[in-house]
Amino acid sequence: MSSVAPADLPVGKDLGTLEAVEETEYAQPKTARVKKRLTSRTATIVSLIIAVLWTIPTFGLFLSSFRPAELIRTTGWWTYFQNPGLTLENYGSVLFSASSSSPQLGAYIVNSIAIALIATIIPLVFASMAAYAFAWMKFPGVNVLFVLIFALQIIPLQMALVPLLQIFSTILRPMQAWLHDVVPIIPEQNYLPVWLAHSMFAIPLAIYLLHNFISQIPGDIIEAARVDGASHGQIFFRIVLPLSVPALASFAIFQFIWVWNDLLVALIFSGGTQDVAPLTQRLAELTGTRGQDWQLLTAAAFISIIVPLIVFFALQRYFVRGLLVGATKG
Amino acid sequence: MTTADLLGKLLQVVMALVIFAAIVGLLIFFIDKAPKRGRDYWQLLGFLAPALLFVAVGLVYPAIRTSILAFQDSSGDWTWDNFIWALTQPAAIRTLLNTIVWVLLVPTFATAVGLAYAVFIDRSRGERYYKVVLFMPIAISFVGASVIWKFVYEYRSGEREQIGLLNAIVVAFGGEPVQWLQTDPINTILLIVVMIWVQTGFAMIVLSAAIKGIPTEQLEAAQLDGTNGWQRFTNVTLPGIQGALVVVLTAISIASLKVFDIVRTMTAGNFDTSVIANEMYTQAFRASEIGRGSALALILFVLVLPIVIYNVNVLRKQREIR
Repeated sequence: MSSVAPADLPVGKDLGTLEAVEETEYAQPKTARVKKRLTSRTATIVSLIIAVLWTIPTFGLFLSSFRPAELIRTTGWWTYFQNPGLTLENYGSVLFSASSSSPQLGAYIVNSIAIALIATIIPLVFASMAAYAFAWMKFPGVNVLFVLIFALQIIPLQMALVPLLQIFSTILRPMQAWLHDVVPIIPEQNYLPVWLAHSMFAIPLAIYLLHNFISQIPGDIIEAARVDGASHGQIFFRIVLPLSVPALASFAIFQFIWVWNDLLVALIFSGGTQDVAPLTQRLAELTGTRGQDWQLLTAAAFISIIVPLIVFFALQRYFVRGLLVGATKG
Repeated sequence: MTTADLLGKLLQVVMALVIFAAIVGLLIFFIDKAPKRGRDYWQLLGFLAPALLFVAVGLVYPAIRTSILAFQDSSGDWTWDNFIWALTQPAAIRTLLNTIVWVLLVPTFATAVGLAYAVFIDRSRGERYYKVVLFMPIAISFVGASVIWKFVYEYRSGEREQIGLLNAIVVAFGGEPVQWLQTDPINTILLIVVMIWVQTGFAMIVLSAAIKGIPTEQLEAAQLDGTNGWQRFTNVTLPGIQGALVVVLTAISIASLKVFDIVRTMTAGNFDTSVIANEMYTQAFRASEIGRGSALALILFVLVLPIVIYNVNVLRKQREIR
């Protein structure tokens, strides 16, 4: 048993002295235990350092968003205790101020919610239907089609943007104009292009994630339903969807946060006005035009990240699963 | 935002929901009432058609069209000029090089830190909280992350007190404050730090789950054989999580190749920080150079392709096993 060599451990030396002291017949298990504790101490310190490093930037932003503009401009947030002072003014001015020079985030918050909500529901429904077909409707060539769709998810969005914008401006633009004529309250610049673009881009990944789950439903259940004369529509709505709730939730949360956090699709399809543009687009614009006004930027940034953070903390289990499905399968 | 604006937006959402529900309802209705002859095919079509239509209009056709546009000039004549531009102009070459630096550094560091962290906190007290801390940036948008880090990199000239953490540290050690985001090449590295900050949590969470999947018997057996911690890590843990490691590395590589938001928000690609995805946007949508933008998109696709093929192979193997 002399092969228990602690040489590789960073605490090897200390361990040697301990070993010498405790030269009893129980020395072996004891040193093992001591060794474990010491390594885990180094490990704890390293992981603590990483954890702190990872938190500081967000914390700095968070604290600053509550500091008065004058203090943000002149002192670092880490001098908070020398220069105390908290205020909600920053949030007030980015959210409620109606002056044309303020960020007026209210409209953009509504846009973000509207965009993310619909752009989650559409791909969720269409992809779960397709996933059901791929998993439970046996046809020659279905597997090939499935792999092709999987491969599509790694076509960079950049490959699709220019032509899709052209398609939208020839087909959707007249529809949007017509809609505006019929229902004047709906602006001509509306959500339709952003919704459709997000839904289209999401479908390959959605099919893949949902297929992983739906194909795992025990075949007996579906066979039994078929024998009882249930149609595909009934099986899909009464059996597959209820059983797939965890996977549906995972994808929904994943997609909601993805859309909420997106910048690229918004930049190209939203038109950039406060009729359509989401928070991220507004925030990116502010960093360009108001780059020095940190009292506005910190508060605006925090408003834009608070929703995904709430979703993340409230539904962490689903959120993690959404990321893991497909990932750990390798 | 006026009340009318808000009403208009609400109306759009409600209408979208109603119309969408109607479409799905009709579709399912016709699937179940499909004609007896070739019924199976009609049903299959009914289930697949919406997704296939979306994918065809949103991805397949545009990707083909972009591939064609990349070889055309503004009047529609065939040309190599877009690629010649992308591969010979100094600014364009710099863009490609920057992208390569991103793809080399981000997956390496994010995976290494994520793995170390996952191993260190495994079965430790408060593991849950440790995980949340590192994982949180995943939920934050790249734009939000960019603002967070832009604040860290903030620069104040002369004798004024630094409000950016990085410059404050530099000054505290007696250095001169630096305009980080405008100083090449450190600015690209600092943008990469933001991406690593975001992606490490993803690597950690996936690898942590994989580590938990390793049978405890294997680790205990290795322990009984008298191996030390490092040996157990290299001989038991690493082989056990190989699959997850590959997934993490490829996923983060793809994300780094496509990185756009961070560069767009922090420097807009100025000061020699541009990457392919950002340059593509600038050329196609700001400079109206559709051909150049398409060429860059195609280059991006070609760079991603080997990873795609690898991923598809892994998937096919999985399906065969099942």
